[in-house]
Amino acid sequence: MDQVLLRMEGISKSFPGVNALNQCHFELRAGEVHALVGENGAGKSTMMKILAGVYQKDAGQIFFKGEEVVIPSPRAAQHLGISIIHQELNLMPHLTVAQNIFIGREPVNKAFPLFISDNEINKKTAELFDRMHLKLDPTIKVGTLTVAKQQMVEIAKALSFNAEILIMDEPTAALTESEIDELFHLIRKLRDRGVGIVHISHRLEELKQISDRVTVMRDGQYINTVPTKETSIDQIINMMVGRTIFESSPELPEKADQDVVLEVKNLNRGTVLKNVSFSLKKGEILGFAGLMGAGRTETARAIFGADAVDSGSILIHGKKVVIDSPSKGVRNGIGYLSEDRKRYGLTVNMNVNENIVMASLKKFMSFFGWMDEPKTRSTSQSLVKSLNIKTPSLDQKVKFLSGGNQQKVVIGKWLTADTEILIFDEPTRGIDVGAKSEIYKLLNDLARQGKAIIMISSELPEILRMSHRVVVMCEGRITGILDAKDATQESIMKLATQRTGIVRSDETNNLTPETGMA
Amino acid sequence: MNTTNQKIVFRSDIMQLVMAFGALILMVIIFSILSPFFLTFDNFVGILLATAVNGILALGVTFVIITGGIDLSVGTVLTISAVMTGVLITNNHFPVWLGITGGILTGGLAGFINGVVISKMKIPPFITTLGMLYATKGLSLVISKSTPIYFSDSPIFRKLVMDSALGTIIPGFNIPNAVLVMFGAAGIAYLVLSRTILGRYTFALGSNEEATRLSGVNVDRWKIAVYSICGLFSGLAGVVMASRLNSAQPALGAGYELDAIAATVIGGTSLSGGEGSILGTVIGAFVISVLTNGLRIKGVPQEWQMVITGVIVVLAVYLDRWRRQR
Repeated sequence: MDQVLLRMEGISKSFPGVNALNQCHFELRAGEVHALVGENGAGKSTMMKILAGVYQKDAGQIFFKGEEVVIPSPRAAQHLGISIIHQELNLMPHLTVAQNIFIGREPVNKAFPLFISDNEINKKTAELFDRMHLKLDPTIKVGTLTVAKQQMVEIAKALSFNAEILIMDEPTAALTESEIDELFHLIRKLRDRGVGIVHISHRLEELKQISDRVTVMRDGQYINTVPTKETSIDQIINMMVGRTIFESSPELPEKADQDVVLEVKNLNRGTVLKNVSFSLKKGEILGFAGLMGAGRTETARAIFGADAVDSGSILIHGKKVVIDSPSKGVRNGIGYLSEDRKRYGLTVNMNVNENIVMASLKKFMSFFGWMDEPKTRSTSQSLVKSLNIKTPSLDQKVKFLSGGNQQKVVIGKWLTADTEILIFDEPTRGIDVGAKSEIYKLLNDLARQGKAIIMISSELPEILRMSHRVVVMCEGRITGILDAKDATQESIMKLATQRTGIVRSDETNNLTPETGMA
Repeated sequence: MNTTNQKIVFRSDIMQLVMAFGALILMVIIFSILSPFFLTFDNFVGILLATAVNGILALGVTFVIITGGIDLSVGTVLTISAVMTGVLITNNHFPVWLGITGGILTGGLAGFINGVVISKMKIPPFITTLGMLYATKGLSLVISKSTPIYFSDSPIFRKLVMDSALGTIIPGFNIPNAVLVMFGAAGIAYLVLSRTILGRYTFALGSNEEATRLSGVNVDRWKIAVYSICGLFSGLAGVVMASRLNSAQPALGAGYELDAIAATVIGGTSLSGGEGSILGTVIGAFVISVLTNGLRIKGVPQEWQMVITGVIVVLAVYLDRWRRQR
């Protein structure tokens, strides 16, 4: 049981411009569930992708059963008995369960070797499911299964390679409570058979239930490995955030107005948004914190009209509005600055001027739809000046600008459209430090001018520095709304990992997660 | 949400075939009522013969479309295959069987080149096969010096396809061999698609190419195989066409790819990949030729036949989508 199956030592990996892993360690025993935790971008997935042969390490050693191994490809990892289940399911929905499991190594018909023996793969799959105590028809098409069942198929596929190490990258992200129970049941069974299991997850209570040890990573560094039983969730959170709070002090506009500009009531959309309610005041920067997939972007898109919601209402200045398309969003004075600027925010092959006026062409139209070109240019020119956009000319194609300047062009676009509510989704993603503080200053200025701002960010220091209030989301629910004075990295992290939370915007003290399991 | 959607899709792939076949039967009934000439043996032979070339072309296209790709070059690859057959048999006096093999392999080579360009150079199938369309169209004219090549010296060549083996076995049942060739080719295509590894990977590629790659499948190689197969079927169609006309016509073939794609789509093969069947494609090819034949018998001008065919193609896909969304 206590035999060390795998050791990774001094693993480093960098991608262009990013130091993803720096001298990291990891150890896995046979018959243990080992949780790997850390904030977004801590390097968990990168570490495991190296183990699974998806990435190649720059430095370090991997020992499998005491011997050093090289893992140049996913195939090589599978041969060693290392299988990974990626965050996104990798299945072919149009093929059957058995066909998916045996893809790439189909047995052929003995009498007529040109043909695949579907009977044999169905039989083998049924045997595999028997061993897993799984009730699933091998001949059913994968596309007809629930996500949880598809997850099981992935696990079965991994096990069919006689995996000794099973890596699961956020396997529960899309599962319901009972489906998670089912999955954990299976994981425990595998553990008892001596399989070493790596479980990457953001859900800390879950780790309490399932894992034997926890390894914490932060900013590409190995922090510590601790036995789960002897460690509290708070201790793990401390290790996860660890870093000192942001250097420079927040420079927020003094006080937000009391005029409520936007009120969102009970937005629901499938399993993505559940009873999302909050309000936004004039001159306020409202930070949205949470982990990946918490529903922050989905909330923004719902407000902006990019996705249809099942139920809920939106009030602007107290008046109920129906926003079922982005064009209605714009007409109601909402601007959405996507996290993926290049895909959704800009037409990168067009120039600065064209991009800035893109969302408000009607303003620049003279008779018969003719564009008033001089007027667009003078508007753009003044914005380039006031936003301090560094571009050689208005005719420069946006794709040649730096990330920070591209972001400013998007901001310019929404300012031109006279939007009163601005939703920034990860406004500083992919922007270097210098440009970041400029964007921060810009946001502050906009708030001071009376714009109402929603800022979605995965960087806690950014949230803490910029927000008047912080909305924390987890799994489509708002788990808490904190005032700037109560918000700390720890309090936000707690709410962000709170799976069974209660919505209480006023009593933040009562939000300690239940951690009863040992 | 996603999964329930797909549930409906999968339960209904047999429905799709039933519906397409039902539409075909309905058309036959309607035309039979409208015209006394429609439901005659001779007219049926005509329909079968008219379906042969397009049907064979569409078989290859089905493979390509199931992978999520497209092949616009099948019509002109057909042309160059026919021309090569003529060059080999008539101009160079090769034995007929060798000429036929050469013609089919010419098609296979064109398909192979398509596959290599698409998978190795990462050029989208639409562009690649558009280039191949122009190239083979031009080459056909160059090789034949822009004049038809006749097979008058080798009468056996025409007999191979236009005689009726069935007719000698069952007197009076004079269905030309071309039709047998088509059904034979369809049978092979069916087995390859449903029983072999190639067929499995054809669906896998169209369903989720990245997942297929991560499963350790050499995606490039199988893609090349799929386009090569499509080329081989085009080559076979070229030979059948040349034999039927007793000549290789260097200007005939462009535009046939549209009929083949239409047949495939009417037969329920999804342009987004992962779904499709040979049976559906054969039904689709018959839908087109029955429609053309029936309209012609009723004296509808050719221009209007095209308009109606266009409407039917869009309608078929629309009905399919509507049925899925329910």
